[in-house]
Amino acid sequence: MLCNDRILLDDWHVVADLDHLSKGGIEKTVLFEQPITVTRSDTGVIACSDTTGPLPCQVKYGFVWICPGTPGRDIVHIPEAFDEDRYVISGGSFGVQVSGLRVVENFLDMGHFPFVHAGWLGEEPHTEVRPYQVEVTRDDEILATECYFHQPVASPTAKGGIEVQYTYRVYRSYSVALYKTNPLFDDRMDYIVLFIQPVGPEKCVVHSMLCYMKREMTRARLRWFMQLIFAQDKPILENQIPRRLPLDPRAETPIRADKAAIVYRRWLREHNVHYGATVA
Amino acid sequence: MKLYNYELSGNCYKLRLLMSFLGVDYETEAIDFYPGQKHKSPDFRQINPLGQLPAIEDNGLVLRDAQAILVYIASKYDADGTWYPAQDPALLGQVMQWLAFADGITATASAARLHDGLYYSHIDVEAARKGAHTLFRILDEHLFFAEDAGQAWICPSDQPTIADIACFPYIMLSEEGGINRMDYPAIRRWCDRFKRIPGFIVMPGIFPAGPAFEKPAA
Ligand SMILES: [Fe+2]
Repeated sequence: MLCNDRILLDDWHVVADLDHLSKGGIEKTVLFEQPITVTRSDTGVIACSDTTGPLPCQVKYGFVWICPGTPGRDIVHIPEAFDEDRYVISGGSFGVQVSGLRVVENFLDMGHFPFVHAGWLGEEPHTEVRPYQVEVTRDDEILATECYFHQPVASPTAKGGIEVQYTYRVYRSYSVALYKTNPLFDDRMDYIVLFIQPVGPEKCVVHSMLCYMKREMTRARLRWFMQLIFAQDKPILENQIPRRLPLDPRAETPIRADKAAIVYRRWLREHNVHYGATVA
Repeated sequence: MKLYNYELSGNCYKLRLLMSFLGVDYETEAIDFYPGQKHKSPDFRQINPLGQLPAIEDNGLVLRDAQAILVYIASKYDADGTWYPAQDPALLGQVMQWLAFADGITATASAARLHDGLYYSHIDVEAARKGAHTLFRILDEHLFFAEDAGQAWICPSDQPTIADIACFPYIMLSEEGGINRMDYPAIRRWCDRFKRIPGFIVMPGIFPAGPAFEKPAA
């Protein structure tokens, strides 16, 4: 099944991390089951092509983006990526054998912290997800607020367990972000954005952008932490059945009332996103 | 001791495992292996000219290569001498034989995992998977006959050796490279026994022993 969703085809997608693409380097990747070649010349010029020829591409936030259709809108604007007091780095690009929509849903779910990230982002017996707010904003983003969770090691700079506040934000079908409390600040939060590259309906590459306060942090520690956490999610994601996200409201009964997931699935239905989903 | 570490590396995990089994204290320095490729940087090549992880520094001694470091740590810190049985020539020969075998697992199963997980697109993943299955078949048969002879570990000792540690990580992580272990029941039972060794620790992608994940040997 190739992609027929206009909303996805006419949008920009990350296909490479500049940190992984050396000068004079070439990277072969796949978007919507189509082979893509990304090259970076000796002088640093980026070019992208598919089997039919060159594709429009842009470099933003340290990633290479392409649009397989006719761009209907620009790449999402993320002001946090321009803050002077943050490191803004990629956390690495990880291939995952599951629909990217499943990755978004997992990212929105606090319930798995004590089990999948035990000792880091949660611990038993603190397993309860307290009620939180979810809304679709005027900009057509999903925003989940007033999310709180006790975490033993919320960040590499944490000095012990803290109560962490989260705000989740779904920018687009395959782009999702979260703000979370920085253990060293009362008024500044760290920000993580996932740009998910739909390789196939049951396969994706998860690119992450980390916008973290610099205080007491190093780039290497930050990447270490992000990858530790993400690699814990990976086997869980790859064991999801089915690998696509079921959008029929009757198809999968959530075990617990997971408000953000319900809103996300409804929002995908309303936007006619089929790629990576199973639709009744 | 200092370990130059990458959290998702099975080869670094081998050393973290042995140090946990032996209760050795150590510090780690996180090396940005991916996507930063810092193990290939001029700075890191001062430590290991091959530009590979892991490496350690212990009292001024710098060592590279997971298997070599296993030999060093076991020889130096295992008072009982069971992990690296230097006093038993026949057993020691077999330990070394399976350490070399573990390098083959790294060259195949680990390569497939890098291809699927970290998008190392230059790797011939089909060849890597095929090579891993060939090795897994050999190890599975070996473990089957070993169990039959009342032997729980890869080498004929009452105690696990560094050969078990060297083979374990990339076998357990093989599914991340699209290599299913369904057809290797003796390997699955051995993995479960391994996870029950006192001091066992996990890494991302590897779960603790338990009925939910691996069935214990019948
Ligand atoms: Fe997670």
